[in-house]
Amino acid sequence: MTPRRQRMLLIGLVLAGVIAAAGLALRAFRENLLYFFSPSQVVAGEAPDGRTFRLGGVVVEGSVEREPGSLTVEFVVTDFAHSLPVEYTGALPDLFKEGKGVVALGRIDANGKFVADEVLAKHDENYMPPEVATALERARGGTAPEPETTPQ
Amino acid sequence: MIPELGQLALVLALCLSLVQGVLPLVGAHLGRADWMALARPAAAGQFVFVTLAFGVLGYAFLTDDFSVLFVAQHSHTELPTGYKAVAIWGGHEGSMLFWILVLALWTFAVACGSLSQPLSFASRVLGVLGLVSAGTIAFTLFTSNPFTRLQPAPFDGNDLNPLLQDPGMLMHPPTLYPGYVGLSVPFAFAVAALLTGRLDKDWARWTRPWTVGAWIFLTIGITLGSAWAYYELGWGGWWFWDAVENASFMPWLMATALLHSLAVTERRGIFKSWTVLLAVCAFSLSLLGTFLTRSGVLLSVHSFASDPARGLFILGLLLLYSGGAFVLYAARAKHMVAEGGFKLMSREAFLLANNILLVVAAGAILLGTLYPLFLSNLNLGEISVGRPYFDFVFPLLMLPLAWLLGVGMHAAWKNASGSALKQRLALPATLALVLGTTLPWLVFGRATVLAMIGVVTGLWVMLSALLDPISRLARGARPGLTRGHWGMITAHVGVGFFIIGATLATAYNVEIDRAARPGDRWETAGYEVAFVGTRHVEGPNYTAEEGEFELYRGGELLEVMRSQQRVYRVQTAPMTEAAIYGTLARDVFIALGDDLGGGAWAVRVRVKPFIRFIWLGAIVMAFGGLLAASDRRYWRSVKAAAAAPAGAAARGA
Repeated sequence: MTPRRQRMLLIGLVLAGVIAAAGLALRAFRENLLYFFSPSQVVAGEAPDGRTFRLGGVVVEGSVEREPGSLTVEFVVTDFAHSLPVEYTGALPDLFKEGKGVVALGRIDANGKFVADEVLAKHDENYMPPEVATALERARGGTAPEPETTPQ
Repeated sequence: MIPELGQLALVLALCLSLVQGVLPLVGAHLGRADWMALARPAAAGQFVFVTLAFGVLGYAFLTDDFSVLFVAQHSHTELPTGYKAVAIWGGHEGSMLFWILVLALWTFAVACGSLSQPLSFASRVLGVLGLVSAGTIAFTLFTSNPFTRLQPAPFDGNDLNPLLQDPGMLMHPPTLYPGYVGLSVPFAFAVAALLTGRLDKDWARWTRPWTVGAWIFLTIGITLGSAWAYYELGWGGWWFWDAVENASFMPWLMATALLHSLAVTERRGIFKSWTVLLAVCAFSLSLLGTFLTRSGVLLSVHSFASDPARGLFILGLLLLYSGGAFVLYAARAKHMVAEGGFKLMSREAFLLANNILLVVAAGAILLGTLYPLFLSNLNLGEISVGRPYFDFVFPLLMLPLAWLLGVGMHAAWKNASGSALKQRLALPATLALVLGTTLPWLVFGRATVLAMIGVVTGLWVMLSALLDPISRLARGARPGLTRGHWGMITAHVGVGFFIIGATLATAYNVEIDRAARPGDRWETAGYEVAFVGTRHVEGPNYTAEEGEFELYRGGELLEVMRSQQRVYRVQTAPMTEAAIYGTLARDVFIALGDDLGGGAWAVRVRVKPFIRFIWLGAIVMAFGGLLAASDRRYWRSVKAAAAAPAGAAARGA
């Protein structure tokens, strides 16, 4: 093989490898996009059946219920227009609290209940996940949510 | 009065950085040696004033000067003194000042280390660093002034975020920042090369130790961040593909590619324009990381404040520096002439593959990190990219890299013989295959295909890296390798450790959440855990419920483990302190969760085999970098240059 043909072969191999990897990567990318829905959107039937998505809103005050001594907990997530019951089994994150923002990862079961595999309420007690803030804003008809400020 | 001194020092530093950024560059263009000579004194002066400003802010923290807004927001009289000192980088404004300090340190080091290089070149390098510094100081002064006063001064401060009250705070930022910021040095060398057209083997030799230096810090910084998240965020994971983690990991991948590309440029005088492009991209990604974490487009532990003005300012700087460098590159890259060619089977070809895979991996992570932001900002819906994407794509690209690595290390430059390679590598390849497929069965009694692939790959990388010294020792000869060579071997052994650790900690990871009552005793992954009970604990600035657990193996008590649910008094934030029983071979991680009522508590138990290999591997990699950077060939000319003026001075006296 001439050096020139050798180099063409190298470039060809590299290109083929890159294209194959890119194809696989893009497929994995599409399959792992997690969409975010608010309770209103779920009630309106926009959320997919049987597919994992992220649900976000505020945990309704007084809605957290568990059988004493059980890891399974139920609570209601709201965007103040519509609400959705959520069930989760496991240890809740430190910053999970009634009246605070939450994002849950899971799917809708046959009874219309959201069964969460993961509950996120991380990092900062005043942290409002941006998607939740937007969803609340939309549900209130466009008025911006009051920004929560850190108490001095 | 004293905080104003800090502000004044920062303004003076800005002036000096402008002098350093403009005059030497113009002087170099016009050929005026007196202007070029200004670069070093300006850099030294800037360093002095930035240090002064930083010291003033530190003083304000240590003396509880709550009339300074930043101190009032991030400290408290009850905060332990050590945390007062590190609280300087516990918020946005102070961490920008720290960024500036680190840049001034690097600049000063470059000013001292470039004495052997032609003034026309060194002054351009320092000039570019001066421009970077000017932009950052201006950003800090105009949008994020850490010396802003608060009138009237509050009686007490708002305390440091409890998550940051940890020894990790002492180590993670001070290693990560020098890595992030240090990438500005190869960037400056690359821009100077584009300006002068000087892009030869000498250039690569000058640039390499700086790149390795930044890379070492970045490696250690990311590793410490991963370890910190593991024990502090209370989840037991070591990498989350969180946007902020990605923001530091993409520059690391680019810097790693750059290191390898520089090796080719230094040795063979080829890959020149590619090397320059990588240097520009690595720094651009580190600026992009700053933008992502500081502008409020992302919210996480690292985003302290969201302010659109800041985001726009950083975006402007990013466009200015990266855009400027790319335009320059487009105009000048065609003048870089390769000094030779190479065959398909050669060290160069393997390093090219390394570079492509690393850059594609960085690109894949960039896609997963930025795509949700684009959609969200264009109001096209809120999505996020799930972990499985990253968990699939990253190994998909890195496994071939690891396989090629073992061969590439032994391939000759320019034109390697395939049959000789086969002969040399048959033994390590066979060993890796046999050991890697059997060891998981022997140690764990079960194995998946993926686990075996990971272990085979890790062993292959280690064994092939150690082939040279071992075979020489076996022949009774001294290894006789240069520091640079030892550095490469060590770093690659670290890669092997990392791969094995990441594989085993993932494949044999056991996670359970459990409702437990005091007195309960249960079995998890071969260990017995007994929940003894909880008690109330008062810390210096928090109160806590502490759960006590006893860990048994085979009926023998290994350790009494205590995990706390803390509530910090000032910010009333709850936080979990996990208990970890760690050996090199496995970690048992226990965290006390919520009170479930009825006397039961949520308890998380995680058993992670060989998870410490992940961090150990990264530290070994960084040590390899240190060995490589200490190679004699980088320091010979520096020593000679340092001796020459000293000798001249002695003669003059």
